[in-house]
Amino acid sequence: MLSIKNLHAAIEGTPILKGISLEIKPGEVHAIMGPNGSGKSTLASVLAGREEYEVTEGEVYFKGKDLLDLSPEDRAREGVFLAFQYPVEIPGVSSTNFLRTAVNQVREYRGQEPLDAVKFLSLMKEKMKLVEIDQKLLSRALNEGFSGGEKKKNEIFQMAVLEPTLSILDETDSGLDIDALKVVANGVNQLKTKENATIVVTHYQRLLDYIIPDYVHVLFDGRIVKSGSKDLALELEDKGYDWIKEEISGTTV
Amino acid sequence: MSKDNEILEEFTSKEYEHGWSVDYEADEAPIGLTEDTIRWISSKKEEPKWLLDWRLKAFRHWETMDEPTWPNVKYPKIDYQALRYYSAPKQKSKPSNIDEVDPELLKIYDRLGISLNEQKRLQGIAVDAVLDSVSVGTTFKDTLSKLGVVFCSFSEAVKEHPDLVKKYLGSVVPSTDNYFAALNSAVFSDGSFCYIPKGVRCPMELSTYFRINAANTGQFERTLIIAEDKSYVSYLEGCTAPQRDENQLHAAVVEIYAAENAEVKYSTVQNWFPGDKNGKGGIYNFVTKRGICAGNHSKISWTQVETGSAVTWKYPSCILKGDHSIGEFYSVAVTNNYQQADTGTKMIHIGKNTRSRIVSKGISAGKSQNSYRGQVQVMKRATDARNFSQCDSLLMGDRCGAHTFPYIDIHNSSAKVEHEATTSKIGEDQIFYCNQRGISSEDAVALIVNGYAKEVLNQLPMEFAVEAQKLLALTLEGSVG
Repeated sequence: MLSIKNLHAAIEGTPILKGISLEIKPGEVHAIMGPNGSGKSTLASVLAGREEYEVTEGEVYFKGKDLLDLSPEDRAREGVFLAFQYPVEIPGVSSTNFLRTAVNQVREYRGQEPLDAVKFLSLMKEKMKLVEIDQKLLSRALNEGFSGGEKKKNEIFQMAVLEPTLSILDETDSGLDIDALKVVANGVNQLKTKENATIVVTHYQRLLDYIIPDYVHVLFDGRIVKSGSKDLALELEDKGYDWIKEEISGTTV
Repeated sequence: MSKDNEILEEFTSKEYEHGWSVDYEADEAPIGLTEDTIRWISSKKEEPKWLLDWRLKAFRHWETMDEPTWPNVKYPKIDYQALRYYSAPKQKSKPSNIDEVDPELLKIYDRLGISLNEQKRLQGIAVDAVLDSVSVGTTFKDTLSKLGVVFCSFSEAVKEHPDLVKKYLGSVVPSTDNYFAALNSAVFSDGSFCYIPKGVRCPMELSTYFRINAANTGQFERTLIIAEDKSYVSYLEGCTAPQRDENQLHAAVVEIYAAENAEVKYSTVQNWFPGDKNGKGGIYNFVTKRGICAGNHSKISWTQVETGSAVTWKYPSCILKGDHSIGEFYSVAVTNNYQQADTGTKMIHIGKNTRSRIVSKGISAGKSQNSYRGQVQVMKRATDARNFSQCDSLLMGDRCGAHTFPYIDIHNSSAKVEHEATTSKIGEDQIFYCNQRGISSEDAVALIVNGYAKEVLNQLPMEFAVEAQKLLALTLEGSVG
């Protein structure tokens, strides 16, 4: 479904990603772990199409299409969803209005009829249960004055409504207490199907207790330096990232 | 940052939708402005002598005045002798009701999406249509007259209700008030007149639609709204003009009189031609709007959505004379390309326990300049006066300007005056967030801008609010890619 080959990306001339290759098939959950500054969030941003990042080398194919060739909105319409590490506030625009605009633009792209207010509201209701989000929150301005947990829940709620093929969760666990973390993870697990895939970008193993990955990749200095099963995450939790760093410098020396 | 600008730039190039003009035979005053021009207009309109004298007095005063230079706008000097002050479409005979109006003229309004055909109109809105210098027709007159509500063109009011006109004309905006009000008083050609008798709640929105069609002609209309004790009216005003290379002058005057317990809600969606992308052409919109809350417990509320005009100079104001009276001003002013707006309000607290509320939302894009200018004045007698002002500015790109000039003048120590101001930018982050959910950049800007202006748009009557939202999006279309 997603095929990343030798991806290099830079911001303002500074290389961040230095040759990432990754294959993701439908139904899989991949965890990307790594120390701060290793390029985890950059990878998420590049896949979503954030313009500050310049792709200098490599290719990314999504469902057979050249992803790097698509605008950010077309990537979203093709089914790429990014749950933001820092969700953005939009004053005066209700979550409901925002999401309805989004859903209908995605539907238009796919040649589907727009949802009328009644149908859209019933879709909202159905998905609200999934992430245990309060209806009141959705009538408020988007993310404005939301707590950290509410913002993250809202991201997962949007994901539920938009039903993406590929979800990228960028440090979704940061700033969450354990209860909120469980709710968010539970939402993600319920949305999992055989057809869609998830990339979980995280610094800590904690989230992976609740979202069980099929593969764990360790990102260091812009490269994937180690891949393994979910046990790798536990090993990292145990030994910290220094162990990986030593292992790398050991091989290069 | 650079991407931000790119986005914003691309979004700024939508053409003006109402830029067409129509050829029709017109009755025109000779170019230039002298006492003879004024006599010509007055006789054309078969006016009584007192009105001619009133005009001449205004004209003589105007001649002694200088054009104001304090607004934060720049434009080449206007040659008042090169303008035409009256142009009226020729109609075979004077229509006595809307069905007799020349169908060609009605077509102009149809094209603007304003049907003057009562059967086709949505119930609930009566329209007076003003084309260039004259009113071409008013709808729902009969329905309204059953309630004693008078809604007609200004010229008609002069003939049918001379006592009311004589009593109130210039009572809120004196003919000598300011340069453009004096000019208007001298040469005004038509406009709308509205009278709500005691205790009547006007059952429909009253609306005037102004259209400038003729080239090289100024439009000088005058609106007078009188709300007697315990009456209520909601009044709407809309306007468009053809796309022309030269600048055209629009200098209107609106006067509102609210008696005891009366409430007047005045909403404007101003969409005069703003000039092209390079700042060529466009309307100079130099307008004086003022209301007086003359009676106790009266209320006047101004709501304006300003999207058009090359240069806007406009301060809808309230004189809060009656005790416990309320003045409100809600404004969204959008400037794009080379547009300049200097707009705001004046709240003059004279009566006891008077309250005013100002919510101003400026949006600047392109190379435009957008200024809020507001004055809150609390007079000696105005014990316990309260004012709350909120002035927000939203910037798109880094070549536009937003300015705030609040003046506060307090002569009573019991006054409570609050002022809040914010300046923000549409962030690349916000646009990207919308993009990532599948929303195009243009729709993202429309969404963000409408969210920002929501508090004001909510004040508009339903039908108008939808139109205003679309207009906001349209005005900014092209300023983000």
